[in-house]
Amino acid sequence: MNAKNNLGRRGEQVAVEYLERAGLRILDRNWRCTEGEIDIVAAERQVLVICEVKTRSSTQYGSPLEAITRSKRARLRRLAVRWLVAHGVLFDEMRIDVIGLVRDESGHYQLEHVRGVG
Amino acid sequence: MARTHSIALVGVEGHPVEIESDIENGLPGLLLVGLPDTALREARDRIRAAIINSGEQWPQRRITVGLSPASLPKRGSGFDAGIAVSILAAAGTVPVAAVEGVTFLGELGLDGRLRPVRGVLPAVAAAAAAGFRKVAVPEPSAPEAALVPGLAVVGAPTLGALLGWLRGEREAGQEVTVRMSGEGADVRPNQTYRQGAAGPGAAVGLSGSSGETGGGPDLADILGQPAARRAAEICAAGGHHLSLMGPPGTGKTMLAERIPTILPVLDRLAALEVTAIHSVAGTLPAGSPLMTEPPFCAPHHTATKAAIVGGGTGIIRPGAASLAHRGCLFLDEAPEFSRDVLDALRQPLESGEVVVARLGLTARFQARFTLVLAANPCPCAKGPASGAHCTCTPTERRRYLARLSGPLLDRVDVKVEFLPVSRAELLSDRGFTEPSSVVAKRVEAARDRAATRLRHSPWRLNAEIPGRDLRRSFAPGPGALAPLERAMDLGEISARGVDRVIRVSWTLADLAGVARPTVDQTSYALWLWLGVGGG
Repeated sequence: MNAKNNLGRRGEQVAVEYLERAGLRILDRNWRCTEGEIDIVAAERQVLVICEVKTRSSTQYGSPLEAITRSKRARLRRLAVRWLVAHGVLFDEMRIDVIGLVRDESGHYQLEHVRGVG
Repeated sequence: MARTHSIALVGVEGHPVEIESDIENGLPGLLLVGLPDTALREARDRIRAAIINSGEQWPQRRITVGLSPASLPKRGSGFDAGIAVSILAAAGTVPVAAVEGVTFLGELGLDGRLRPVRGVLPAVAAAAAAGFRKVAVPEPSAPEAALVPGLAVVGAPTLGALLGWLRGEREAGQEVTVRMSGEGADVRPNQTYRQGAAGPGAAVGLSGSSGETGGGPDLADILGQPAARRAAEICAAGGHHLSLMGPPGTGKTMLAERIPTILPVLDRLAALEVTAIHSVAGTLPAGSPLMTEPPFCAPHHTATKAAIVGGGTGIIRPGAASLAHRGCLFLDEAPEFSRDVLDALRQPLESGEVVVARLGLTARFQARFTLVLAANPCPCAKGPASGAHCTCTPTERRRYLARLSGPLLDRVDVKVEFLPVSRAELLSDRGFTEPSSVVAKRVEAARDRAATRLRHSPWRLNAEIPGRDLRRSFAPGPGALAPLERAMDLGEISARGVDRVIRVSWTLADLAGVARPTVDQTSYALWLWLGVGGG
């Protein structure tokens, strides 16, 4: 259990560094409310980006991106609105991004970033 | 023999009718031919009393009145004035030359008063289109008639005054008002329009809204729902249909009622279309002839199909869908509406008009409205999101929302979920609400951008662009389609859905002031489309 959590946390750190390099402003991390958690809240220009990070140590159980199901994304949309209300921020546009990370044997991460999944 | 003219209405379409009177020797009597209905047949008795009570001589001979074209069913009492004048002209008491080229409209009271009838605006418009340059209408209807340009409108309080005017008598001329109609003539913004529905529209609550923010409902009243406020703005800007889902008490109805406050006032052409429909429905307020505020129509969920799309026996009346033309049709508790009613909305949603077929005639009503649906997540209205314990079985819940899905929800471009909010959230949101007047300015600017882009086309709003033209002439910028293609590959959105998302992304681009939708706009449009239905 601990190993799994560690992997996830490490992956999120990798994702945050990647997003910052890509020019996004990180607004919040691991924001929780009764309905769930948002991994990363970021802003790109006037767009609010809700980012879900999924990290796996192998693709044996499928690509990490496959794990982001429809209902997961629907929940993220709802969480996004919750986050907006809780922080009293307004954005012209919003989108959900998914970052999939796979760690290879050498400890490097392969990163895949999909923009605007819903 | 004498001839006068009037207009028969089929829906909001007027057809010129010739009224011929012939007086022969024979037993006194009045024969009315030419497919009259009961109300029109009764005109015989009304007209006789009115003529006598106006101090005129009733010709004690055999009178035949023919209404042609004979095949067109003629309904209602609007022909009274034309028939009375025609009879008196045939009797020689009114100069035939004065009657020539005038269209008469109006019902007669037994005392000779001219009473207003429904549908004066479309009837006068038809008269103008048929080449008439003079219309005689009951005095209360004169401002409405004067909305049609290029006509002399004669407003007469009584038959006696009308006859006096036709004879050129000076003293009668004081009772009659003659005005040249046209642009700007008696056009006042209609601020007082509030309530009033009859016939099939009886179950239809109508209310207008004043554009000002003082005291009236305002978008800033919706606290704690920033995403929903934004969705309302998007829908107002592009004419997109909207669905609001959420537990009771979160502001769904409040939001819907405030959409008219952020819609721009109607331009002259749209105002005339809307006024014509309301004129036929009889829901036009007295004293303020032109409806310049976008209508808001919220039928109760017990409304019948005829109340929604139009119908009725005798005179075909427009339904709520048409009364909401160029405005907003709000279905509160949408899953409670009968299946029939929801299905019947498909035609106007597709084509922007309603066609009501009856024996021997078809009436067409324009019905280009912005649909706003509101629904609870389940029949017990507690829902999983509210935190309260829902007592519905999963089957019940699925069945409840399934009534909306399929035909309707697929045509709804923006789906928002209302979340129950805490007191702290309500308070923190207070600093971010904007009054309707501010949002309305953005909506208007976005609509202007769309109108400029669409100036060489028949459409005015992004929601009206057909799919073919959308793909050919209004493709989003490079790379912007990637999120949509991916969603389509995943089977989350249909080809029609993609078109709808692209329309919304154009509206987002108009609101953002960018020339073409980029991936920012298409992503968010996809978000809005998937909304609560995509979960």
